[in-house]
Amino acid sequence: MFDFSGKKGRIWGYVGIIIILLLPLVLPRFYSYTVSMIILLGLFATSLNFALGFGGIYQLHHAVFYGVGAYATAIMLTKTGVSPWICFVMGPIVAAILSLIMGLICIRLSKLYFGMLQISLGSLVWAIIYRWRSFTGGEDGIHGIPLPDLVASGTGAYYFTLIISALSFFIIYKMLKSPFGSTLQGIRDNPVRSAMIGVNVRRHQLATLVISGFFAGVAGVLFVVVDNSVFPDMMFWTLSMEVTIMCLLGGWLTFMGPIVGAGLIVVIRTVVSGYTEYWSLILGVILMIVIFFLPDGVLGYFAIKFKGKTDKQMVKG
Amino acid sequence: MDFIYSFIPASILTQIFVGLSRTVILFIVTSGLSLILGVLRIPNVFHGSLYMIGAFMAFTITKLAGGGYTGFILALIGAPLGVALLSLAIERGFFQFLYEREHLMLILFTFSISLVLGDLVKIVWGAEFKSMPMPHSLEGFVTLFGGLPFPVYNVFLLVMGPIVAVALWLLVNKTKIGKISQAAAIDREMVGAVGINVSWVFATVFVIGCLLAGLGGALIAPTVGVTLGMDHTLMMEGFLIVIIGGLGNIWGALMGALIFGLTQSLGILIWPQFGIIFPYAAVVVVLLIRPTGLLKSTW
Repeated sequence: MFDFSGKKGRIWGYVGIIIILLLPLVLPRFYSYTVSMIILLGLFATSLNFALGFGGIYQLHHAVFYGVGAYATAIMLTKTGVSPWICFVMGPIVAAILSLIMGLICIRLSKLYFGMLQISLGSLVWAIIYRWRSFTGGEDGIHGIPLPDLVASGTGAYYFTLIISALSFFIIYKMLKSPFGSTLQGIRDNPVRSAMIGVNVRRHQLATLVISGFFAGVAGVLFVVVDNSVFPDMMFWTLSMEVTIMCLLGGWLTFMGPIVGAGLIVVIRTVVSGYTEYWSLILGVILMIVIFFLPDGVLGYFAIKFKGKTDKQMVKG
Repeated sequence: MDFIYSFIPASILTQIFVGLSRTVILFIVTSGLSLILGVLRIPNVFHGSLYMIGAFMAFTITKLAGGGYTGFILALIGAPLGVALLSLAIERGFFQFLYEREHLMLILFTFSISLVLGDLVKIVWGAEFKSMPMPHSLEGFVTLFGGLPFPVYNVFLLVMGPIVAVALWLLVNKTKIGKISQAAAIDREMVGAVGINVSWVFATVFVIGCLLAGLGGALIAPTVGVTLGMDHTLMMEGFLIVIIGGLGNIWGALMGALIFGLTQSLGILIWPQFGIIFPYAAVVVVLLIRPTGLLKSTW
């Protein structure tokens, strides 16, 4: 599945790309908004999976970097006169810097410690942004952010999201296939042995965290472009869990998994929000079902069922 | 007493006492978290939800009992028991099937339960503030140190803290289940090999830990507005306390709670809007000096 190497697969790939490119021309605004959300949340989830699925780091509060990237851009756009394109670049950089700082504090600790400390520190960032009313808009966030004309319209935002995300997916994919990516997966599978053959485990993990934070920041900036607003819930732990669920649901040991998961979650949320306000409840139940019945995610399930891969081969990717 | 005043302003002394009573609550809740971490090796994310549910249950029980002293006592007993029953159902219903799975799945599973419980609380109790009445004998203020008012209820908390600590010490060190759970924390296969039902040991420890969360919630309920979001605040504090104390070490949790409670209450004096930063700064300093926590972790 999602193997575009064969001739038939390549044709399907091209068809898919053409459909995605033409979507905003035929669909009403609401749907192109939804598709942009799927793409940017897919990027967000992929950036998490870079650390979680491929790096084996318990990045449990990933939404912080997404939120901080978005806030940095939004605050620069509203409060300074800097060119908007520079603001767009600064968002991910601020997210990467925060990621480096939090990484330096957390990386000294082993897996579970790491996750717990990150949840706490991430919540601190959330609390500061929530309370700093004069600078961040507090509980309400910032709305009606001025955007450059090129991306101000729904269609413009859609293509901008699409191009930037495609570029980011490509870069992440190339990084996973590079020696760095192989080292990363080696560290995930056996950190002790990797250290023995001379790999600097800490430094690799730190680099992973910074890269992952950077692309979360990119997703955050894309959210600003698509939704035109930021709010503190963007870095609340519920969202962090939602992204983790996307990775898990799609298949956290595959590259395409998080994107599929993001699509599924966004579609479910859009459908369900018409009937009930208790989204957390449904999210929790989805997560329980995934953990009990689909531990390798949707894509992992198909890979095992139809390609005869075993669990162990899944881990090796 | 005047001697002390010449060194420390009165407002700081008051804040220290406020911090100590906050420490009591934090200790009661996080010792449960630490107990579960030590024996079951699960960072129990829905511990905060249980604390919140404990507070809501205490509110409902007092209301049903018509307030007053009996209502309060009933709430203090009933709310932790209710939480314990709930946690027993969760443990036997879901958790016991997951112990063999990897840590990530376990922590995510506790997360999913916290999401579900958060919304269930919203369904059952609604989203508005609830305020639980205090019994009359615990209302009002006592004067400490020459004229400084200090709430009687906080004195009550300061008495409760040591009682719970001693009870916990007795439970862990002097009872059979305590000793078995200590052994299970170190080598669960060996404990199974000598013929002890490890699954039920886990369940018992889990329920006791959750009971402490409920007790903490019931104790805090009269002093704050009981509301949604309590779970999140407690969770971010609880994890930090457990980390700086050393994973699974109950006395580490005590030290962590002390550091956290005091820096929090004194930090508010220094910078009212962002007092929340100080406990975190303290934690980062502790972790830079001792990355694995102040005391030895159990695993």
